Amino acid sequence: MDGIVAKEIKKNFSKKTVLENINLQIKPGKIYGLLGRNGAGKSTLLSIIANRIFPNEGNVTLDGSTVFENDEALGKIYLMSERNLYSNSSKLRQLLNTTELLYGDFDYNYAQKLANIFELDLNQKFGKLSTGYRTIFKLIISLCVPVKYVFLDEPVLGLDANHRELFYRELVDNYVKTGKTFVISTHLIEEIANSLEHVFVIRDGKVIVDGDVEDVLENAYLISGPAKEVEQYTVGLNVIGQETLGNIQGNYVFGELDGERILPDTVTVEKMDLQKLFINLTNARGQLK
Amino acid sequence: MRFNFNSSEPIYLQVAQQIQDAIFTKTYAEGEQIPSTTEISRDFHINPATVLKGMNLLVADGLIEKKRGIGMFVVEGAQGKIVEKRREFFYQDEVVKLISEAKKLQISQEELVDLIKRGF
Repeated sequence: MDGIVAKEIKKNFSKKTVLENINLQIKPGKIYGLLGRNGAGKSTLLSIIANRIFPNEGNVTLDGSTVFENDEALGKIYLMSERNLYSNSSKLRQLLNTTELLYGDFDYNYAQKLANIFELDLNQKFGKLSTGYRTIFKLIISLCVPVKYVFLDEPVLGLDANHRELFYRELVDNYVKTGKTFVISTHLIEEIANSLEHVFVIRDGKVIVDGDVEDVLENAYLISGPAKEVEQYTVGLNVIGQETLGNIQGNYVFGELDGERILPDTVTVEKMDLQKLFINLTNARGQLK
Repeated sequence: MRFNFNSSEPIYLQVAQQIQDAIFTKTYAEGEQIPSTTEISRDFHINPATVLKGMNLLVADGLIEKKRGIGMFVVEGAQGKIVEKRREFFYQDEVVKLISEAKKLQISQEELVDLIKRGF
């Protein structure tokens, strides 16, 4: 099968189950979002796909062959993780060279261009960088490394609003020019929602949403109005969350509405955005059918 | 071009709508080139597939056309087409709403006509 396929992935850390039965496919040439709350298992999953750690069960394949201990497959995958793997005394330029040794054909011109855009001096030592600039440096490597699949785990950690804006711009630009596949795990959903084509939502170690953003949002509604009418209109539907303000109630519905029901004048139907949907799906209360 | 996105409508429809608005207001004149999918994607952080889907709606409506290797251009007569379409929708979108609101406010037909004359 084309792309990366994760099958029945299970992972425990000592006795705690972090991932249970994860199945997903990452097709070439798309931008994916991997969303989940803190501790949902996003980083673990990305580390397994990039073969930094092994799962207890299941396998990951790239174009049909396993990625585990497979240098050829792993040469096509780059994971930028939250953790800092570089030594503090290394100069940034040296680190670019090291990356080239591992992955080949590093685009130095592009790296320099990005460094200029972000105002990063490549003659510094990694240890001297602030949190934000460490992220920026890792992002520069991720965008310049010649792989087909780029995984970005928390790519905007510590970045200010201007730098985030620059990053989103460069990300889409890079994607259009190279056709690489990006899988992005982030907390700042609202900012990146429109850049994503496909989204996975993980909750409690399971994938609870797997679909194109547009299709997923097609059936995500906020029904609001007087409590009684709203309850009546949404009874039996998949209500994943609720807001009340006095007698006014808003029910978040994920799933098709009942076309047969008559919508009272006092009740309005709106669409939810990705962030709202995410919050409601991953709240303690929210649940799927 | 100025994009102002809301969260309640699919983004590709908003892309189509906003380009259409720009043609309607002659920001993009007939025969002129409009921004490329890449430019719009990059500047507004929208997935290129989404932008393309929006553009394709306008191609299907005969408002823009692709010139191979150059880009997308506003078709001759596009502005007129949009005006015609908007006139069709004017009754059902605006007039019906206006009357319904007027009734809720207990404004009579004559009073409404007077108000329109005053505002015209």
